[in-house]
Amino acid sequence: MNSEPTTPHWEHFEHQADIGIRGIAPTLEQAFEQAAVAMTAVVTDPDLLTASKVVSIHCEAPDTELLFVNWINELIYQMSVHGLLFKRYQVFIKNDTLSATAFGVAVDRQKHQPAVEIKGATFTELRVYQQADGTWLAQCVVDV
Amino acid sequence: MDTSQFIQRDETCWEIQPKGAMRVPAIIYADAQLLQDMDQKVYEQLTNVATLPGIVEAAYAMPDANWGYGFPIGGVAAFDPDQGGVVSAGGVGFDISCGVRTLLTGLNIAELQPHKQALADALYRKVPAGVGSKGKIHLNHKAMHGMLTGGAQWALDQGYGEPQDLERIEEHGCMAGAEPHYVTPRARERQKDEMGTLGSGNHYLEVQRVAEIFDQNVAKTFGLRVDDVVISIHCGSRGLGHQIGTEFLKEMVMSAAQYQIVLPDRELACAPLNSPLGKHYLGAMRAGINCALANRQIITHLTRQAVATLFPNIHLGLLYDVSHNTCKLEQHMIDGQRKSLFVHRKGATRAFGPGHPDLPTVYKEVGQPVLIGGSMGTSSYVLCGTKESEQRAFSSACHGAGRAMSRTQASKQWQGRTLVDKLAAQGIIIRSPSMRGVAEEAPLAYKDVGAVVDIADRAGLARKVARLEPVICIKG
Repeated sequence: MNSEPTTPHWEHFEHQADIGIRGIAPTLEQAFEQAAVAMTAVVTDPDLLTASKVVSIHCEAPDTELLFVNWINELIYQMSVHGLLFKRYQVFIKNDTLSATAFGVAVDRQKHQPAVEIKGATFTELRVYQQADGTWLAQCVVDV
Repeated sequence: MDTSQFIQRDETCWEIQPKGAMRVPAIIYADAQLLQDMDQKVYEQLTNVATLPGIVEAAYAMPDANWGYGFPIGGVAAFDPDQGGVVSAGGVGFDISCGVRTLLTGLNIAELQPHKQALADALYRKVPAGVGSKGKIHLNHKAMHGMLTGGAQWALDQGYGEPQDLERIEEHGCMAGAEPHYVTPRARERQKDEMGTLGSGNHYLEVQRVAEIFDQNVAKTFGLRVDDVVISIHCGSRGLGHQIGTEFLKEMVMSAAQYQIVLPDRELACAPLNSPLGKHYLGAMRAGINCALANRQIITHLTRQAVATLFPNIHLGLLYDVSHNTCKLEQHMIDGQRKSLFVHRKGATRAFGPGHPDLPTVYKEVGQPVLIGGSMGTSSYVLCGTKESEQRAFSSACHGAGRAMSRTQASKQWQGRTLVDKLAAQGIIIRSPSMRGVAEEAPLAYKDVGAVVDIADRAGLARKVARLEPVICIKG
């Protein structure tokens, strides 16, 4: 985690039964990328991962918050069916349409010690907005 | 939360009278201590549930209630389809029909003692647990359809289990009204290699010792004696249920305006029971229930195989199988009239009392076994349904301890390996693929399940029958 507000970074926030993921960055795209790293960090330490596998993601939604939920859910689906963990992401957003690349590796239970499967992104504490200092924040609670 | 926000109706019943958009009161079953320890979010979420169209009587929270998404976990709400009632994907949750099944082994703890390590190893080898684990069953399109329609009955037809298992499962192992065509290819894709897997998080398979009996008569009917060994399985509908929840939640959020539903929280997204979307969800959700029932049936079979390697001559019969994330059509008495209602139980267990027509003959006199899972290293409980639970909360009881601490806090506070060693010193064997997962599920990260169960008993939601202590825990 990095506490410098203008540098892209991620954090977890508290939820009693589950866990909140949050990305903060100068651009909306980077905030989406960082929140996705926060999601990976719910499962494992992203530093343990390599980025040998590449998955393309496309999704759209009527507004930016729904787009964020779709983005995270799309990643959860890809992780689940392909048995992958993603180290980093590259996101492009135009008119509430998202195109992205997720870079990751097949789950190695010994090496990655995955703590928990993520069931889905929820609308709880869902926020995507530009903060007073101009940086973007994207967050929601994920069900584990 | 502040208890002054409530009117205390009796020792364990706390009411929030309707205000604002609330259509009915909100009621929490707790004592002052449990209520004070509950997150204020439970209050907000429960009063939000009370605003939903067609809600009947009250929005209820069980003694283990905690902050969920949309509904509180431990929430119960019934809706009348004739009064514009709704079905909510968030009110069921992502892990559709997550539940607990308990198996009787007939073994005494003394007989198990010399074989504990070997049994832990055998179970850990046989039952896939944790992130990324796959089962040995791969479902093609036809098998998937059969599973989604037939539930545990389908599993039995495939050779997993025994015919007598079915009568001790809710819905006799097969949820009627499943409509697999509303289960998308993506949900199927997530499930095709996950049959017979435990999953992760708070899911487990636990070998337990009956440590204490509270009601000898009912315990006898349930086949429980002090020092008996039982095995409990806690898991749900795996990736299929998660995907159904994800997809319908989104669809319900986007369709709320079309149905003129004002959502105080998007997570409460719902659709009228009589609408196409409501019906599609019910069809898919029921298929999800069948997936969970089939999954626990297959895990039962794997458990039997593992146990047979050490104890070839014992028979593992079911005590019962309960689900605690569901929406089910049930008959309830409202103002002296029998009504068909759709009862959501989100982290709450159905608890039918004595005489209920849906109970197997063997339990008809004493009421339904209510299986309450503990957390790793702590006690679990067996309760039985009561007559008065019908009036208290549509025959519902708690489902577990509920978290007292978030995962982040827990993993900061404990090391998985240290916990495993500490529990081993207490005679509890833990097997898990992830030490971080173990840390996040630390026993002290959960509320005291004993206190929760005591309140359920005192409130008349269900009566205490037996306490179980863990001996071996296979943690997902």
